[in-house]
Amino acid sequence: MIPSKFDYVRAESVEHVVQLLQDSDGEGKIIAGGHSLLPLMKFRVTEPGKLIDISRIPELKGVRLERDRVIVGAMMTHREVAENPIIKEHIPVLSDAARLVGDIQIRNRGTIGGNIAHGDAVADLPAPALALDANLIISGEDGLDVINIDGFFLGPLITALPENSVVTSISFEIPPSNAKSAYLKYFHPATGYPVVGVAVVLGVNSDGLADYVRIGITGSGDVAYRAKSVEQELIGKPLTEDVITQASKLAADDGDIGSDLFASETYRRNLCSVYTRRAISSLLD
Amino acid sequence: MEEVNVTVTINGKKRSAKVEPRMLLTHFIRDSLSLTGTHIGCDTSQCGSCSVMVDGHVVKSCTLLAVQVDGSEIITVEGLGTVQNLHPMQKAFWEEHGLQCGYCTPGVMMAAIGLLQENLEPSDEEIREGLEGVICRCTGYQFIVSAVKHAAALMAEEKQVVGEGR
Ligand SMILES: Cc1cc2nc3c(=O)[nH]c(=O)nc-3n(C[C@H](O)[C@H](O)[C@H](O)COP(=O)(O)OP(=O)(O)OC[C@H]3O[C@@H](n4cnc5c(N)ncnc54)[C@H](O)[C@@H]3O)c2cc1C
Ligand code: FES
Ligand code: FES
Repeated sequence: MIPSKFDYVRAESVEHVVQLLQDSDGEGKIIAGGHSLLPLMKFRVTEPGKLIDISRIPELKGVRLERDRVIVGAMMTHREVAENPIIKEHIPVLSDAARLVGDIQIRNRGTIGGNIAHGDAVADLPAPALALDANLIISGEDGLDVINIDGFFLGPLITALPENSVVTSISFEIPPSNAKSAYLKYFHPATGYPVVGVAVVLGVNSDGLADYVRIGITGSGDVAYRAKSVEQELIGKPLTEDVITQASKLAADDGDIGSDLFASETYRRNLCSVYTRRAISSLLD
Repeated sequence: MEEVNVTVTINGKKRSAKVEPRMLLTHFIRDSLSLTGTHIGCDTSQCGSCSVMVDGHVVKSCTLLAVQVDGSEIITVEGLGTVQNLHPMQKAFWEEHGLQCGYCTPGVMMAAIGLLQENLEPSDEEIREGLEGVICRCTGYQFIVSAVKHAAALMAEEKQVVGEGR
């Protein structure tokens, strides 16, 4: 399968990307790893007139610590995210999720920026991004902007990313030192994408009460979402089996969940609860 | 839509061709550079038979544009060995019957090279994990795992995974 014709430019810098997007009259499309975009172009679901390749821009690479946050360059591949020592030490739930994306070949090309900017309802990384209260750092026509991940996903493949702008990095909150985390994924048997993926960050204080809870769920809803009802139900409580089971029943409440050709709404809602319960339980000794 | 010049170092040789930006890397390798060892199975990034190394990492060449890898170093199955002088990976597939029809084999071997580059003593489990991105329609997976294990042993002897001088 061969995509429709297009022009191709390799961007030199972030400013260059924004300039090229502005000059392209809506025909320009950023290509990072190309592992979501090219499959769509090969099926001619999308036919951009100009591809702007951001993969060789040095400032989009790298990972750094900044006070209580970890900043990850948008062009970091899934493999690099899975293996990065700073990410593994401070926000391991992100590397755990990145390790479960596609297969090795996919992880060698696909990027964290593309995974989030694409707004695919079944992408893995939005779940840990929500649980780590991520901020997207964006460069556009009006300079720098920051958009919180909660509210970034508007619908399948629709995001709040402003026109003619590029995600340059993503900043993740480092959870309190007592917090543990897990990402649990139910793989679609054919595609390998998550039917549901649950990221949990959980802190328990010295009295055995939950004092920090962040849960991001992807795969099942129209868009990935924070399971705030579960978080509220758990906070301040002792994490007994009963409390966890009751709270996990609310896992689908904050999502917009429907039926599709893969799974019914009832099944998806149940899967959200079961995977939330298991992810939380896996963090208790 | 202008044609563009794409230059790569492929199996140690510098090669260039003028192509449309929409040309996929698989077609560039097979049609422009006449290296037909790299196969196209699914054309939808599922099967891995199109796998090649780009700048040291194994990738699926059906899901890349040739222009994206302009300036890169590529290794295809032809870069491993020759019939007279088989690479240990090829020798191992031969000796352990790691192929049946052979259609998936170039991709499987490149994925295995990617794995052994990082881990020259993989367990069966690690080999299976390392080959998660390839599918063998003849389903001879047990033999593939044995072949990769054998290849690892042969390569450990030679202390070389892939590169010049083979
Ligand atoms: C066979 C296969 C299996 C896969 N399995 C999984 C899986 O299990 N889980 C999963 O999460 N994903 C999976 N993926 C998708 C993969 O993770 C993609 O690589 C990723 O979602 C997109 O990243 P990319 O760099 O390839 O983006 P591209 O395809 O280059 O771009 C995707 C979209 O995002 C835009 N974009 C990219 N980068 C930026 C940026 N920095 N700023 C603004 N816009 C940008 C592009 O314009 C485009 O619209 C799979 C893909 C394949 C081919
Ligand atoms: S042909 Fe590329 S993965 Fe199947
Ligand atoms: S040997 Fe026939 S497809 Fe693998």
